[in-house]
Amino acid sequence: MFLAAEHFVRAPDWEWFILGYFFLAGLSGGAYVIATLLRLSGDPRDEPAARLGFYTSFVLIPLCPLLLTADLGAGWWKFWHMLVNVTPGNAGLNFKYWSPMSVGVWLLLVFSIFATLSALGAWLADRRGREGPPLLGPLSVAFNVVGALAGLFLASYTGVLLSVSNQPVWSDTWTLGGLFLASGLSGAAALIALLTRYRPEAVYSLVRLRLADGYFSLLELILLIAFFVTVVNAGTGARTIATAPLWALALVGLAASLVGLRAEGRRMRPSGGGGGGAAVASVGANAILVSMLVLIGVLALRAAVIFSGQ
Amino acid sequence: MEIKAGESYGFFTDTSVCIGCKACEVACKEWNQLEGNEPAFLADSFDNTGQLDAQNWRHVKFYDRVPDRSTTSGNGTAFLMMSDVCKHCQHASCMEVCPTNAIIRTEFNTVFIQQDVCNGCRNCVAACPYSVIAINQKTGTAHKCTLCYDRLQGGLEPACAKACPTQSIQFGPLSQLQQTADARLEALHSQGVTQAQLYGRDDKVYGGLNAFFLLMDKPEAYGLPNAENAVLPSRNNIGGYAGAVITAVVGVVAGLVAFRRRRMA
Repeated sequence: MFLAAEHFVRAPDWEWFILGYFFLAGLSGGAYVIATLLRLSGDPRDEPAARLGFYTSFVLIPLCPLLLTADLGAGWWKFWHMLVNVTPGNAGLNFKYWSPMSVGVWLLLVFSIFATLSALGAWLADRRGREGPPLLGPLSVAFNVVGALAGLFLASYTGVLLSVSNQPVWSDTWTLGGLFLASGLSGAAALIALLTRYRPEAVYSLVRLRLADGYFSLLELILLIAFFVTVVNAGTGARTIATAPLWALALVGLAASLVGLRAEGRRMRPSGGGGGGAAVASVGANAILVSMLVLIGVLALRAAVIFSGQ
Repeated sequence: MEIKAGESYGFFTDTSVCIGCKACEVACKEWNQLEGNEPAFLADSFDNTGQLDAQNWRHVKFYDRVPDRSTTSGNGTAFLMMSDVCKHCQHASCMEVCPTNAIIRTEFNTVFIQQDVCNGCRNCVAACPYSVIAINQKTGTAHKCTLCYDRLQGGLEPACAKACPTQSIQFGPLSQLQQTADARLEALHSQGVTQAQLYGRDDKVYGGLNAFFLLMDKPEAYGLPNAENAVLPSRNNIGGYAGAVITAVVGVVAGLVAFRRRRMA
């Protein structure tokens, strides 16, 4: 098959560390966004799940720079070269708005501050009482909204970064940023749902977390179709065949979310007896299985994209 | 030739007179102290170098064009040969994406990777449309042709151009090289070699190439992107971010609908 001429390029060998970073950045950013949305829902009974989301985001975020620095060929101690220009005579900060890697590094730093302060706020609020309102009330929510914008960027820019290259598959589609974001949100909802096992007060939000997971997966499915349409149009669709098992795993994760959506949709009907009691009952083996499948799917999707392009 | 800072320098590689001797590859390795890769038999024509990479900053490509039937004397073309090298693009994809600003334009208007600044993120490797840049396994940093930056600073022409026995590789001020190339193209066309064409002489390919070529076929035959495909990675910024923003808006609305749904119920 004759590839378009701009595809005569060498692979950057972004592999396991980068896959891990893409996965965790998606979950951390997504968890922060979901926690913020739970606070915005206006129901104080969602506060325990919101705090769980902030904790999740905070725990995952330190792993991201660790993986990124581990991947640097020249050694972890040169990570700061991403932020500061060390070229003699050109000292200053490095920021290129047209280079997603440059913007992403700064946003990772900014988001880490939001994730840390929000988790700290959640912890202080927990010390007062696990089901009380957030510290500082509306001010805290406003802070979370700004942090959520950074979280949305963190969960999506990794896809844009791949597209802004001359690699086959990656540069043939506009969908990767959105696809990674939808998948990250879905995975984060599934992860928080999974973690409600360890925070009983948060179980109140469980049914709607799984509902949200299903909505995000619907969005992901649409983008996944758009992804395949664009790469097939570009003539590089065949490169996805070698990663077929990974795509299949990603689809299994999607299917698990959608099955969950159908089940929770029924439960949400007035006659379905929605609410906390029904939710508590659903924290069983099936719920764990669904969450695990979704998370494996999120990882597999990123692996499939990364390895299809190289 | 006096080499002055502030002037644009480059290579004009005339593939019509390349004899595939690989003196350029050897001279490059000698001067730049490149160890080279493990010797390998690639079973690919006369090419056992394979590709440009961290150890090969010049690579003589051989494209087999042995004709099916005999041709008149002087008109046979058994091989297209081309001494490939970093193009030192005016609009360089590698420079565009480099997050550390390790890739700079020198006082000779060439593209240079500062080894002490590069941290080995490999974004330039994914961006270079010519597969020029590769990671040196010992240093972990990105390597490519420097257009003999150290020799230029010392007033010397690059090693490959000096070693080339047929003047297929010519070094000099860009404006002078362009005039030479124009004259050579005109001579070839007047001799009936109408397939000859210049690649990167004008600004249609990445704003113009400091290392440009006279080709004996269309660029695709040499594995080079044509003018239509010579596009910078940043072309995908708008589409990529637009897709992400639309997804973010829909995702946030979907999340709010899901989390508020209990109230409706």
